[in-house]
Amino acid sequence: MASLQSQDVVARSATTTATPQARSAVPQVAKLIDESKCIGCKACQVACMNWNDLRDDVGNNVGVYDNPADLTANSWTVMKFYEVEPKQGNLEWLIRKDGCMHCEDPGCLKACPSPGAIVKRANGIVDFMSENCIGCGYCVKGCPFDVPRISAKDNKAYKCTLCSDRVAVGLEPACVKTCPTGAIGFGTKDDMVAYGEKRVGELKERGFQNAGLYNPQGVGGTHVMYVMKHADQPELEGLPKDPTISPMVSVWKGIAKPLAVAGMIGAVVAGFFHYMKVGPVEEKNDEKENA
Amino acid sequence: MAKLLQRYNDRERMNHWFIALMFVLAGLSGLAFFHPAFFFLTNLFGGGPWTRILHPFLGLLMVISFGALFVRLRAENRITDADREWKKHMGDMLKGDKASMPPVGKYNYGQKMVFWLMTLSLLVLVITGFMFWRPWFAPYFPIPVMRAAVLLHSVAAVVLILTTIVHVYAAIWVKGTVRAMTRGTVSEDWAKVNHRLWYDEAVKRRS
Repeated sequence: MASLQSQDVVARSATTTATPQARSAVPQVAKLIDESKCIGCKACQVACMNWNDLRDDVGNNVGVYDNPADLTANSWTVMKFYEVEPKQGNLEWLIRKDGCMHCEDPGCLKACPSPGAIVKRANGIVDFMSENCIGCGYCVKGCPFDVPRISAKDNKAYKCTLCSDRVAVGLEPACVKTCPTGAIGFGTKDDMVAYGEKRVGELKERGFQNAGLYNPQGVGGTHVMYVMKHADQPELEGLPKDPTISPMVSVWKGIAKPLAVAGMIGAVVAGFFHYMKVGPVEEKNDEKENA
Repeated sequence: MAKLLQRYNDRERMNHWFIALMFVLAGLSGLAFFHPAFFFLTNLFGGGPWTRILHPFLGLLMVISFGALFVRLRAENRITDADREWKKHMGDMLKGDKASMPPVGKYNYGQKMVFWLMTLSLLVLVITGFMFWRPWFAPYFPIPVMRAAVLLHSVAAVVLILTTIVHVYAAIWVKGTVRAMTRGTVSEDWAKVNHRLWYDEAVKRRS
């Protein structure tokens, strides 16, 4: 299976034993999206389509720049445009490149019931192994960022792969390569955090007091990070302030599983021993006693 | 040969066994998605995607057929004061001391609880099941609602499975019970010992 032969899989959906991960002496990678440098040109969307051979259906103009309006099974990254008024009378136009955040603790992987349909690689990339996908949509429930989309054509889940095929051979993701302003950076996670923090410092110097790096710790940090102007209010751009895997998903995919299995097996075993200890209820015995 | 009493007619029995069949199929296909240890069960249904496609239909057939039986048995499963009295002695029965059990009608408290737990869990299963039935119904529900639905669906499924384990065990444990569903009849002795009031009624009706 291709997904396993890469031998760099550190986590695998619905798998309770260790995965082949001998080749894990690789640096953690990250993509840094510097929103202060983004001009909303959508070259990244085009590059993504081009490299991944994706062609979405032609949609409808909904009166805003967003096109398509949202992520789809064939649009793995989408520029989102937000007209907001953080301060009364002070309109701002915020642009965010939406897509998979590649969580260190991926909720999709936790929720997935199909062994090996979702893997996390040693470099931090969360990848969908679509040949193992059964189309149940559990990843949609697991994701704190509403990213996975299920194709109406083949009922498989799709999302940004962080160009794992390119990264595996030492190239940067297609969107990074194409970005004309250098708003999208790619490198080791450490380097990207350091660079992001440097950019945040520069923005603060220029008067953007709430600038910050979006690398939410509730999901263990992410391998896609944003430098944003209003890091205190990521909701302005449709991002959760403190994303975590929903407690309902954690209970369902955590304690509920072993508890329920133990309960069901336990009930059968208890019944067996009850029968052996107490014996059956038989009318004949009672008859004899009555007689 | 012992005299026999009719306990279930043909329709009730066929209805029951259709539910049982659907329970096994929906249960096995559902467990496959619940725990990795059970994923191999998808092989029984033609692989992961087929199991995902079939499971909701199997579950829906189970619920619809249970609905038919529910209508027939609902009235007979109302909990009465006599049941509450029987409940107090349930521990004795489990210890094997049947003598102290108060007389009961067609169903005892334990059987009625099985009936109502199955009704409740199937109701939760079918409602929550629709909420994340891909590809047709899931798109109409917001993600937080679906998260609650999958959790409740699992809990209800476990309740249903545990209840069924009790149901099957009780049938094996109390000798002479299984034939009520396989043949439709039970022996008079069985009825006298296990469902005295129902026996009295049946005898009265017959004469």
